[in-house]
Amino acid sequence: MTDTYADSYETTTGRVYTVQGQDWDTIPGLAEGEQERITVNMGPQHPSTHGVLRLILELEGETVTEARAGIGYLHTGIEKNMEFRSWTQGVTYVTRMDYLSPFFNEAAYCLGMEKLLGITEEIPERAQVIRVMMMELNRISSHLVCLATGGMELGALTAMIFGFRERETILDLFELVTGLRMNSAYIRPGGVAQDLPADAEAKIREAVMALPRRLKDTADMLVDNSVWLGRTKNVGYLDLSGCMALGITGPILRATGLPHDLRKSNPYSGYENYEFEVCTQNTSDAYGRFLIRLAEMEQSLNIVEQCLDRLQPGPVMVEDKKIAWPSQLSIGSDGQGNSLEHIRHIMGESMEALIHHFKLVTEGFNVPAGQVYSAIESPRGELGVHIVSDGGTRPYRVHYRDPSFTNLQATAAMCEGGQIADVIAAVASIDPVMGGVDR
Amino acid sequence: MSGEVVPAGQPLLEITTVREGMFGTKGSGDTSGFGGLVSVVPVPEASHRPFGGYFDIVADELHAALADYGTTPDKAVEKVVIADGEMTFHVHRDELVSFVRALRDEPGLRFEMCLGVSGVHYPNHTNKELHAVYHFRSITHNRVIRVEVSVPDSDARVPSIVSVYPTNDWHERETFDFFGIVFECHPHLTRIQMPDDWQGHPQRKDYPLGGIPVEYKGATVPAPDQRRSYN
Repeated sequence: MTDTYADSYETTTGRVYTVQGQDWDTIPGLAEGEQERITVNMGPQHPSTHGVLRLILELEGETVTEARAGIGYLHTGIEKNMEFRSWTQGVTYVTRMDYLSPFFNEAAYCLGMEKLLGITEEIPERAQVIRVMMMELNRISSHLVCLATGGMELGALTAMIFGFRERETILDLFELVTGLRMNSAYIRPGGVAQDLPADAEAKIREAVMALPRRLKDTADMLVDNSVWLGRTKNVGYLDLSGCMALGITGPILRATGLPHDLRKSNPYSGYENYEFEVCTQNTSDAYGRFLIRLAEMEQSLNIVEQCLDRLQPGPVMVEDKKIAWPSQLSIGSDGQGNSLEHIRHIMGESMEALIHHFKLVTEGFNVPAGQVYSAIESPRGELGVHIVSDGGTRPYRVHYRDPSFTNLQATAAMCEGGQIADVIAAVASIDPVMGGVDR
Repeated sequence: MSGEVVPAGQPLLEITTVREGMFGTKGSGDTSGFGGLVSVVPVPEASHRPFGGYFDIVADELHAALADYGTTPDKAVEKVVIADGEMTFHVHRDELVSFVRALRDEPGLRFEMCLGVSGVHYPNHTNKELHAVYHFRSITHNRVIRVEVSVPDSDARVPSIVSVYPTNDWHERETFDFFGIVFECHPHLTRIQMPDDWQGHPQRKDYPLGGIPVEYKGATVPAPDQRRSYN
């Protein structure tokens, strides 16, 4: 049977043949004066493209002469959807954007909203510390996925197994604290959704104690591994001026030697109170980015330890009852559910409390008209949120400047002129998360 | 909301958005009268010196530098707004490229990084329906500013700044895709998120969200954009 798509047709630049594999012998040889130019569609369903990324590569033998990234396969209209939900409900949407760093998406959105509300100074200390702790744990889990999938794409399957195994210990902590492993919607306007459960501190401390040794296993396996060095050294090169022009941030920028980290330069959520280093390398290549991610995980563990030491009992939500989410959860006989005490209060004791509960849950709160840009350092770089409010109970416009989206533009600069096998290593070192790219 | 309530000789209030109603009820179902409530959001007023913080330095540097880049502060800057601790330059579209070139190249400004462009659609902002909002970060001086360009819906053209900030390539394609703002002189302004043959620009306010009513246990939940909204 002939494939209707595997055909040939005439174009202005010559005859084009479409082949799909195992049918190369159907192509006649080149005529006199004809040149061969091969265009390969890699993805969007390809195991080494980090999700649904489509790479359009033009090849000359094994050398890539042109590389273009096609995106949009995971576009779900999150920003549009948010315009039809209350400000609080927006948190459950943004957490689904870059699904490997949900806490960062939530934090950036909430910090922006809090700026518009003018309550930045009123966020309780405990909520701030919990936010930082969850973000840093999330940074580790995100970097682990980068190492794991990056390793898998280059054939280092043990790195994949190790990476996902270590990540599991952190996802367990997320589940313990928020009830969900991903997409937790835990950081809320005014604080966090729920205080830490009683055994969380001990469990987190335990994990933080165990992780360095296990991370070292992964590092030992790769850092001096000659195959790994061969695949990543001098691959995906992008220097400082290239990063600046293309707006690249995060580990890729720090691999050029510039210690730019928003946690240091524009501290938020109390990052100025923690001691940590901004890790840099000066190789500008995939190997340097790998080393930076390893070092950043260590720094994050260090910050989490400092968070545990700083945790003091106290509220985790702003005082202002016009903003603080009224509903409280507790562990019931059937797992998690509404707090009976809270229900008794609103249903049996206080009409005003019932009205407040009803108003806040159905209608939400108004955010003063205006616009803000709030940026935080996500595992992939500068995660910026442009929030516009018209004074209503719903966002007028929310735009995410996702670092994956911006960084993915470097594909062409990193890959063109290199080998096709290096495309995989270069894209893996960008660490794009398509949920964040397409939103 | 017409000129009749404005005294003669006074300028009309320039508004960005209008919110109507209160509890989402309309027509005879509204016995409270709150359904007729109209709240308008006026365009932010220009701020006056001193702006505070580094904003004065940025304004001074720009004032001195713009002539070297083929424009003048009067021609380029419509107004400067300081709100929520952030600085916004409202810039005329014709002078945008010169303006951002000054931002990038002037040693006292050095906004090395453009953080992309975001669109905002204000259907009620007459002749300025579409706004392109840029953010710039200076790593050297640790500053962030915003630049806003407003264009009419009927003539939604904004010059592309890809020649100055290559990072804006995808960002401008995205804003074109979602808002229909045409970035002139962009190397290849095509859709980026939506399919190539998509009709319309989904993030505009006149583009419906879509969705279908969902039945659950005998009750029907309407699509999100059909639900009662509390303004």
